[in-house]
Amino acid sequence: MYWSEFRDPFSDMRRFQREVNSLFGGTSTETDGFPALNLWSNDEEAIVMAEIPGMNPEELDVTVKGDLLTLKGERKGDDIAKEGMVCHRVERGSGSFCRALRIPFDVENAKVHAQYTKGVLTITLPRAEASKPKKIAVAG
Amino acid sequence: MTKQSNDVGGKKQESKDIEATQDRPVFVPATDIYESPEEILVVCDMPAVDEKNAEVRLEEGVLTIVGLQDLQEPEGHQRLHRGYDSGVYRRSFTVSAQIDSSKIQAKMDQGVLRLVLPKFEEAKPRKITVQAGA
Repeated sequence: MYWSEFRDPFSDMRRFQREVNSLFGGTSTETDGFPALNLWSNDEEAIVMAEIPGMNPEELDVTVKGDLLTLKGERKGDDIAKEGMVCHRVERGSGSFCRALRIPFDVENAKVHAQYTKGVLTITLPRAEASKPKKIAVAG
Repeated sequence: MTKQSNDVGGKKQESKDIEATQDRPVFVPATDIYESPEEILVVCDMPAVDEKNAEVRLEEGVLTIVGLQDLQEPEGHQRLHRGYDSGVYRRSFTVSAQIDSSKIQAKMDQGVLRLVLPKFEEAKPRKITVQAGA
C-alpha cells in the first residue's frame, strides 16, 4: 500500500540541517535536552545511552514503537534537607523529562533490553528481521 | 554559533588552569550543598562513576571531589549521535575549618555521590540554660 510507505518529506531536510550545524558547531550540542543521549549502531542492533543520575529504575519509562524510542521519567528533588538546614547551592535539576529518538531502522520490540546502572541507562534495540538488508543473488 | 563553548550535553567543562595528565575532558559535577549547625551535606551528580573511581579529599580547608567515568563505548558499533562525552568529574570547595575530617562519610548510589561532613563537637552550637537568680 502506498501510504504505509509515507515518510515525513522534511525529516531528511531537518537531518541535513542538523548535520551542517554540527559541522560548524564543533563539539557543542547545546540543543540537546535532558537527558543527554548517545546513539550507536551496527548491522544487528542500536544502543542508546543516557546519563540520568539518581533515579529509581522502576520510575524510568522506556517505550518503543517501530523505529521510535521514547524515554520518560521524573527526577525527584532530594529529601535530604532536614529542617533547619541552610541551602547553599542547588544545581542538580529535578522535574519530569521526556525525549524521543528515531532509530535508523525498525526495532524488534519484544527483544529490547534496558539496563540502569551507576546512573546510566543503556537500551539495546535489536534490528527487526524484516528491516535487515538481504543479499539477492544475481543469476547469470 | 557566536558562543565559543565546549560544553557537551549540558555538562560544564572545567577551565584548564591545571591540566590533568590524562587527555580526557574534565567536567564540573552539578552539586547541591546544605548546611545545618551539626553538619554539611554535599550531593554531586556523577553518572558512570564507579565508587572505586571516586575520590574525596579534605586538605587545608579545601574539599576536592574527583570521579573517573567508565568508558561508555560499545565495541563494534558506529557512533551516530553524540549528546554527551565521558571523562573526569572534578570540583573543589572551600569549607570552614570546623569540619572533622576523620568523620566524613561518602556514599555513591546510582551515579549520585553523597557526602556528610560533620562539624567538630566544639563547633556545634550549645544551648546554655540560664538559671534564675536566687
